[in-house]
Amino acid sequence: MPKDSGIGASSKRREDVRFLTGTGQYTDDINIHGQTYVYFLRSDVAHGKINNIDTSAAAAMPGVVRIFTGADFEGIGSIPCGWQVTDRHGEPMQEPAHPVLAQGKVRHVGDPIAAVVAESLEQARDAAEAIDLDIEELPAVVDMKAALSDGATKVHDDLSSNLCYDWGFVEENKGAVDEAIKNAAHVTTLELVNNRLVANPMEPRVAVGDYNRANDESTLFTTSQNPHVIRLLMGAFVLGIPEHKLRVVAPDVGGGFGTKIFHYAEEAFCTFAARQINRPVKWTASRSEAFMSDAHGRDHVTKIELALDADNNFTAVRTETYANMGAYLSTFAPSVPTWLHGTLMAGNYKTPLIYVNVKAVFTNTVPVDAYRGAGRPEATYQLERVIDKAARELGVDPIALRRQNFITEFPYATPVAVEYDTGNYPATMDKLEEIADLSGFDARRKASEAKGKLRGLGVNCYIEACGIAPSNLVGQLGARAGLYDAATVRVNATGTISVMVGAHSHGQGHETAFPQVVAEMLGIDENMIDIVHGDSSKIPFGMGTYGSRSIAVCGSAMVRATEKIINKAKKIASHLLEASEADIELKDGQFSVAGTDKSVAWGDVTLAAYVPHNYPLEDIEPGLEETAFYDPSNFTYPSGAYACEVEVDPETGKVTIERFAAADDFGNVINPMIVTGQVHGGIGQGIGQALLENCAYDENGQLLSASYMDYAMPRASDVPFYTVDHSCQTPCTHNPLGVKGCGEAGAIGSPPSVVNAVVDALQSGGHNVTHIDMPVSPSRVWAAMNNA
Amino acid sequence: MYNFDFEKPSTIADAVAALATEDAQALGGGQTLLPTMKQRLASPSKIVSLSGISEMQGVCKGDDGSVCIGGATTHATVAASASEYPALAALASNIGDPAVRNRGTIGGSLANNDPAACYPSAALASGATIVTNARQIAADDYFQGMFTTALNEGEIITEVRFPVPEAANYQKFEQPASRFAMVGVFVAKYADGVRVAVTGASEEGVFRWTEAEAALSADFSAHALEGLSVSGEGMINDLHGSGEYRAHLVKVLTKRAVAAC
Ligand SMILES: Cc1cc2nc3c(=O)[nH]c(=O)nc-3n(C[C@H](O)[C@H](O)[C@H](O)COP(=O)(O)OP(=O)(O)OC[C@H]3O[C@@H](n4cnc5c(N)ncnc54)[C@H](O)[C@@H]3O)c2cc1C
Repeated sequence: MPKDSGIGASSKRREDVRFLTGTGQYTDDINIHGQTYVYFLRSDVAHGKINNIDTSAAAAMPGVVRIFTGADFEGIGSIPCGWQVTDRHGEPMQEPAHPVLAQGKVRHVGDPIAAVVAESLEQARDAAEAIDLDIEELPAVVDMKAALSDGATKVHDDLSSNLCYDWGFVEENKGAVDEAIKNAAHVTTLELVNNRLVANPMEPRVAVGDYNRANDESTLFTTSQNPHVIRLLMGAFVLGIPEHKLRVVAPDVGGGFGTKIFHYAEEAFCTFAARQINRPVKWTASRSEAFMSDAHGRDHVTKIELALDADNNFTAVRTETYANMGAYLSTFAPSVPTWLHGTLMAGNYKTPLIYVNVKAVFTNTVPVDAYRGAGRPEATYQLERVIDKAARELGVDPIALRRQNFITEFPYATPVAVEYDTGNYPATMDKLEEIADLSGFDARRKASEAKGKLRGLGVNCYIEACGIAPSNLVGQLGARAGLYDAATVRVNATGTISVMVGAHSHGQGHETAFPQVVAEMLGIDENMIDIVHGDSSKIPFGMGTYGSRSIAVCGSAMVRATEKIINKAKKIASHLLEASEADIELKDGQFSVAGTDKSVAWGDVTLAAYVPHNYPLEDIEPGLEETAFYDPSNFTYPSGAYACEVEVDPETGKVTIERFAAADDFGNVINPMIVTGQVHGGIGQGIGQALLENCAYDENGQLLSASYMDYAMPRASDVPFYTVDHSCQTPCTHNPLGVKGCGEAGAIGSPPSVVNAVVDALQSGGHNVTHIDMPVSPSRVWAAMNNA
Repeated sequence: MYNFDFEKPSTIADAVAALATEDAQALGGGQTLLPTMKQRLASPSKIVSLSGISEMQGVCKGDDGSVCIGGATTHATVAASASEYPALAALASNIGDPAVRNRGTIGGSLANNDPAACYPSAALASGATIVTNARQIAADDYFQGMFTTALNEGEIITEVRFPVPEAANYQKFEQPASRFAMVGVFVAKYADGVRVAVTGASEEGVFRWTEAEAALSADFSAHALEGLSVSGEGMINDLHGSGEYRAHLVKVLTKRAVAAC
C-alpha cells in the first residue's frame, strides 16, 4: 500500500500552487523604492586590450546616475575561486585574477567592461551606446590543444601559459596502468568530445543590491542556489563587508542546474554600486546576456583506453582529458574535471588499475563550471561509450560484458580513492531488462525496418557521487569551503513547526519533501510543518543545493535537529505525565507512558514549552528549538542502468528517441513522485545534450550559438514517455535517512545510452560507424553514414 | 528599443501615406521586426501597423479560381481558411508555434524573405502573384536573394494570389534549434507543368530546382528524380549542417513531396 503521508508518500508539491498560479516571488519581482537599473556594456570581441574608455558623453545622458569601469574596482577583491587543485608535480594550479569589471583586457565575448547605472534600463542602454571604447582586438585562443601549443597567445599575460593545471590521478598508479595496457589481451581506444552546454534555466540571473546607510547594512537579492556561499565569497573576498552587515537572499529561483551556484561579477557589482550611490541597483539578465555570462558546462576532449584480459575482464583504464576552464576560474571550476570526475572513473566495475590525466586550459571563452552532474556525466559518458565499443570489437553482448565486470561486494574501495558503501548493480540491470522489455527489442527493430528506419538499442550503467563530503577530506583536496549543512527546527507553541534549512530549493520540491521527514519522525500532519530557506538572515549557515546533496546532507541535519527536539519533548512529557523519561514513547503525535493508557498530545507538550507553568525549569530551558550541523562521513553513491531505443532515418540522419527506461537505486526514497520528476527532468537534459545542445564558438571566439535560433533546447516532442523505476533500494549506510540523492542521475545516465543506441542502429544498417560526437544531430549522423 | 512614432491606419491609402515619412516601417505581426527592434538592430522612426486594414485581411477565392490571401492575414488564419489549397494551409499550420502563427503574417514573411522561411517556397512553386499597393509582381521576379525582394521603399504587399495546383506538397526539414526550414521543398503540379521551389538551403535564398521540374513534368513520380543531384556549391554551410548535407536533403525532400502528392 502506498503511504499517503510521511516518508515514502507521493505528497503533491505544495510549492507548485504558487509557481503555477503566478504568485511566486522571484528576484525580478523584487522592486525597492528608489531603485536604479544597471546595464553592462560587454565585450563583443573575444580578446582585446582596452586602450581607453571615455564615459564623459555617456555620463551626461538623461537619467544616468553613475557609470562604473574597471578603474572603480581597483583595490576591490577579485572574484574568488573556491577550489585549488594541486597538479601532478605537487604545484598549485595557476589562478588568474578575475576583476568585477574588466581591467586592461577583455578575455571573452560578454566580459563586462563598464556598467551604466540609470533611472531606467532603457536610459542605461542609451548611455552605454554613447561610451567611447577604444579596444585593440588581439588574437583569440579557442581550441584547447592550440591554446597549449608553444607560442600560443596567452589569455592571462601574468601566467606562464594557458595551462591551469596538469592533474594526474592516481599519480602513483601511472606506471602500473601503462604496464597493464601494454600487456593487455585487448585494448579499446576512443576519442570523444563532451560538448559544451549552456544551462538555460527558465529564469535568467537577476541581482538587486540594496544598502541601508542608517545601519551600514547591505542586502543582495540574487538568483542563487546557495545564499550563504555567496555571502561568504562576496563579503569576505570581494567587497570586504562583514557577515553581520551583509544579508543575501535567494527567493524563489526558477531553475539553477549548477549555473546559479557560483558567485558572479554582477552580484558583487550591484552590492558595491548600491553602497556607492546609496540607492538600490537592479540587474536582470537578458537571455542573450545569459548565453555569454552564465557559466557554461562540460567541454571536455578525452581519449580513453580500456584494457581487457583474454577473459574480457577489465584490467585497466587510462584517460587523457582536456578540460576547458574558459577565460577565468569560475567558483568551483577546477574541481569539476578532477575530484568530481577522476574519482568516478571506476564506474560500476572492478577495474583494478586506473589513471586519469586532466589538463585544464584557459581559453577566450565564457568560464565553464558545474552543470547538472558536474564531472560525473563526463566520467560516465566516456566509460560507458568505451565499454560499448569494446563489446562490439570483441563480439560480445554489451550487457553481459558489463555484468561480468560489476562490483558485487560492498563496501568497495576503488583504485580512484573513493569507497562505495552499498549498491546492487545486477539488481538494477535485472530491473532494467524487465521494464525496458529488452526481450521485445528484436520485434520492434523489425517493425522499424519495415518502415524504412534503422532501430538501435543502447544500454549503460552509471554510478555517481552525491553529497560531496566530508569537509576535512575535501579541504585536503583543495576545497576552500566546508561541505556540511545545517537545519534549525523551530517548534511553535501550538505545535506547528518552521524548519530553517541551509539547502535551497529551486525546483527540487524541498518544501514538500522535507516536511514529510519531520512529520514521519513526530507522527504529525505534514501540513503543520513549513520549510524556510534562501535568506541568510533567517536560516543557519548552510551550504546550499547542488550535487544532489540536499536530502542526504541537509536532510540529515534536519533529522539530527528533530531528534534533539524529540529528546527534549520527551523530558517535558515525562514531567507532564509524572513518569520516568525512559518510559516515554512517541507515536502518532502522542507521548505515552509505556504499558499504561496515560498520554499527552504533541500540542500539549509544545504549549508547555512556551507557557512553562507546569514545567521542569530547574532541569531544562523553556522553548522548543534545536539546530544541528551535519557533516557526512562519505559521499553517497546512487547508481543505475538505463536503456534507450532510437530510430534513425537513414535518408536524413534524423534520430528520434522511441523508448527510454531508467532503473535507479537512490537508496530510500522520501517522495517517489518528486524523485520520478527529477529523473524525468534529468533524462530530458541528457537527451538534450546527446541530440541537440551545442554551444559553439568560431575560431575568433565569437559565440555562434548565442540564442535559441542556434542553440537547440530539448522540447516535449523530442522526448518519449519514460519508464522509470526506483524500487531497487540499497540504503546508504552512513546517513540517518539511508538516502542517496536523485537530482542529477538522469542527466548523468542518459547521454551514453542515446549515443550507444545510435551507433547500434547505424551498425544494424551496415554502416561501420563506431562513434559520433554529441550532439548527434542529423547532419552529423548523415556525415558519419556517408564517410564511414 | 529606441523610441518611435506609431500609427495604425484603417485603409491601404492611409498606410501608404504614413509610410512616406523617412525611415518609417510597416508592421505586420511583428514576429521578425519587434525582436530586431528590441535588440536595437533596427530603429524605425515610425511604425505603421497594417493589422487594422480590413481590406488586407482574410482568404478568398479569385475569379480565376486562385486563392487570394490578404497581405496582413496571419498564418493561423491561412492554416484554418485556405482549404482550397491544402498544401498551403498545411505549410502555414507548421510555421513556428501558436503564438507566432497568431501574429505573423504572409505579407511580413514574404517582405522579409528570410532564406529559411516557408512561405517563399509556396509562392515561388505556385507561380503566385504578389499584389502591392502599386503593382502586381510575379513570384519569379519578386525574390531577389536572401532578405532581398522587388519591393520598393514603403511599398506594401496587400494580397498574394496563388493559382491552385492539381497536386502539391510541402516538406520541411527543421533546423534543430530555430525550427525554421533547414531545407524546405514545395512541389506544385499544374496542368502546364510542375514547379519545385526550395527554401532554407541556398545562400541566394529561395530558388527553383529546374532540373527536377523538367523531370517531374515528364514523369510525375519520385522515381523520375533518381538520376538527378544537387550540388553543395552555394548552399548554406553552418553549425547545423554542411552545404553537401543541405543539397542531399533537397533531393530527399523533393522525392518525399512528390510521393506525398
Ligand atoms: C519563434 C519563431 C519561429 C518562427 N518559425 C518560422 C518558421 O518555421 N517558418 C517561417 O516561415 N517563419 C517562421 N517565423 C517567422 C514568422 O513567420 C514571421 O511571422 C515572419 O517572418 C514575419 O512576419 P510578420 O508579420 O511578423 O512581419 P513583421 O515582423 O511585422 O515584419 C517583417 C518585415 O516585413 C515588413 N512587412 C510586414 N508586413 C508587410 C507587408 N504587408 N508589406 C510589406 N512589408 C511588410 C516589415 O516592415 C518588416 O520589414 C518564426 C518566427 C518566430 C518568432
